[in-house]
Amino acid sequence: MKAKNKDLWVFIETEKGRARNVGLELLNPGRKLADRQGGKLVAVIIGTDVDEAIKDSEAYGADHIIVVDAPEFAHYTTDAYVDAFTTLVNEDLPTSILIGATNIGRDMAPRLACRLKTGLTADCTGLSIDEESSCILWTRPAFGGNLMANIICPDHRPQIGTVRPGVFKKKEPDHSQHAEIFRKDICIPEKRIRTKLVEIINELGSELVDLEGAEIIVSGGRGVGGPEGFEPIRELAQVLGATVGASRAAVDAGWIPHAHQVGQTGKTVSPKLYIACGISGAIQHLAGMRGSDCIVAINKDPDAPIFKIADYGIVGNIKEVIPALIDEVKKIKE
Amino acid sequence: MNILVCIKQVPDTTEIKINPETNTLIREGVPSIVNTFDTFALETAARIKDVNNGSKIVVITMGPEQAKNALKECLAVGADKAYLINDRAFGGSDTLATGYVLSKALAKVEEFEGKFDIIFCGKQAIDGDTAQVGPELAENLDYPQVTYAVDASVEGSNLRVKKECDIGYEVLDVSMPCVVTVTKPAYEPRYPSIKSKMTANRTDIPVLTSEDFDVDILYAGLKGSPTKVKKTFVPTVAKNNIIIKEETCEASSKKLIKLLSDAAIL
Repeated sequence: MKAKNKDLWVFIETEKGRARNVGLELLNPGRKLADRQGGKLVAVIIGTDVDEAIKDSEAYGADHIIVVDAPEFAHYTTDAYVDAFTTLVNEDLPTSILIGATNIGRDMAPRLACRLKTGLTADCTGLSIDEESSCILWTRPAFGGNLMANIICPDHRPQIGTVRPGVFKKKEPDHSQHAEIFRKDICIPEKRIRTKLVEIINELGSELVDLEGAEIIVSGGRGVGGPEGFEPIRELAQVLGATVGASRAAVDAGWIPHAHQVGQTGKTVSPKLYIACGISGAIQHLAGMRGSDCIVAINKDPDAPIFKIADYGIVGNIKEVIPALIDEVKKIKE
Repeated sequence: MNILVCIKQVPDTTEIKINPETNTLIREGVPSIVNTFDTFALETAARIKDVNNGSKIVVITMGPEQAKNALKECLAVGADKAYLINDRAFGGSDTLATGYVLSKALAKVEEFEGKFDIIFCGKQAIDGDTAQVGPELAENLDYPQVTYAVDASVEGSNLRVKKECDIGYEVLDVSMPCVVTVTKPAYEPRYPSIKSKMTANRTDIPVLTSEDFDVDILYAGLKGSPTKVKKTFVPTVAKNNIIIKEETCEASSKKLIKLLSDAAIL
């Protein structure tokens, strides 16, 4: 497939009509790449009652916004979203597409890329333009973060990548900016949607766990000792304005819901500050958090592997260290 | 149920070390294992077989001759038949090319084993970490897909799948045939017995090459892969690695918070 223009598309994932952070984050690197490509920055919104998401996409800098707004897109389904997205791409044939590497993005993107018979690079943590080929240079970790790879898609268009949430930061919104809006009528017949939602099991109640968008994460592991051991962790997180994370050991023990899990079988995070409490640092956990800007480890075992990748470490009992930290944070916040 | 499980043999990434001189991965002496998520996929299949009489599990992998060892491990923990897809022409395939070759090989395997109702894959391989091959296989087959599954059971003509989502789990009914990619379930994969290992070792594993099934090698291997790896490198992370050891926890905490504020992290 040949591109018809030099535009770069960013998929704006929505939840109840509002843009999720990752799409707005991607408008930031998206702007630089679109300018380098010499094309427009286009936000693509698929959902139901998405006016809020349209306003946000304007404020965060999209030139054009393509909107598909219909009831069948209220809840994500692979079939409806991939059909709609493919229709949009085939009409406009952009050069590049960025998609957030969320559960939904990672479900949709490979299906879309395969239908378009083009290349897809997963879970990128770096985006630039390859001087030699003028293609997007996708940088991504592999082997659980032990190896990085630079990947290009030279001969197929659009070139598509999923990008990890939290890696790029949102720009300051400018609510005076306006974009040209293109509404598309796309209808997906019900029989085309081959999955039916039976039940949503909300483990979190009204609690919001946005690990991928968090600036600070306080995580607990086996060393917290039990479900009650997460109380001081939550308190420290609260005084820091942080999100609570957990290692697989703590989740498997049933001390905290899975939505909090960081690591290979949980979320991959890249906050400004990651505080690991009572986490030994199994390689599967490190794979999920080694991209953090600053890592603090608190563990009573001085030989725990977590200290090897930590910027700062305190060797000590978390039951004593965490309350002391809470006091200190409260002092500086006053 | 007639179930196919797609697996991959991978280096045990927990054993990988970096050569500090050359800044490259040391692969020598690193054991090969069945990709962790694929063992979860196989266990999910085996649990369906446990409660649905007359079910059969077939495993396939695309890889070198030594990947037969990975298939044998699967035969020892619930799989009934195994096929190796092996051809130089398939080497260097990216996810698009892999999804294509697997879909074509699957059609051939169905000639021997009958049509599959469910195709399980691991969520992702622990070496490439892409999570793309399952959905790309589903697309080639035009089957519905469910990703991030933690459990699956047969409910009439549908498969009922519990999958991870941001707030917990969703339960979906999906029509069969379908492709389901599996992450860490609540249970651990079963262990082989001495007897099942011996049986697995004796099981013949047929090899399918590009001569054996209808596949256009222009869409396979390096040639057929739209993405190209331009360079690989080992990430260098400059870590301060400051260990704070004051007399008391209070003093250590105070120092940590001061260091974090001085560095403008707090």
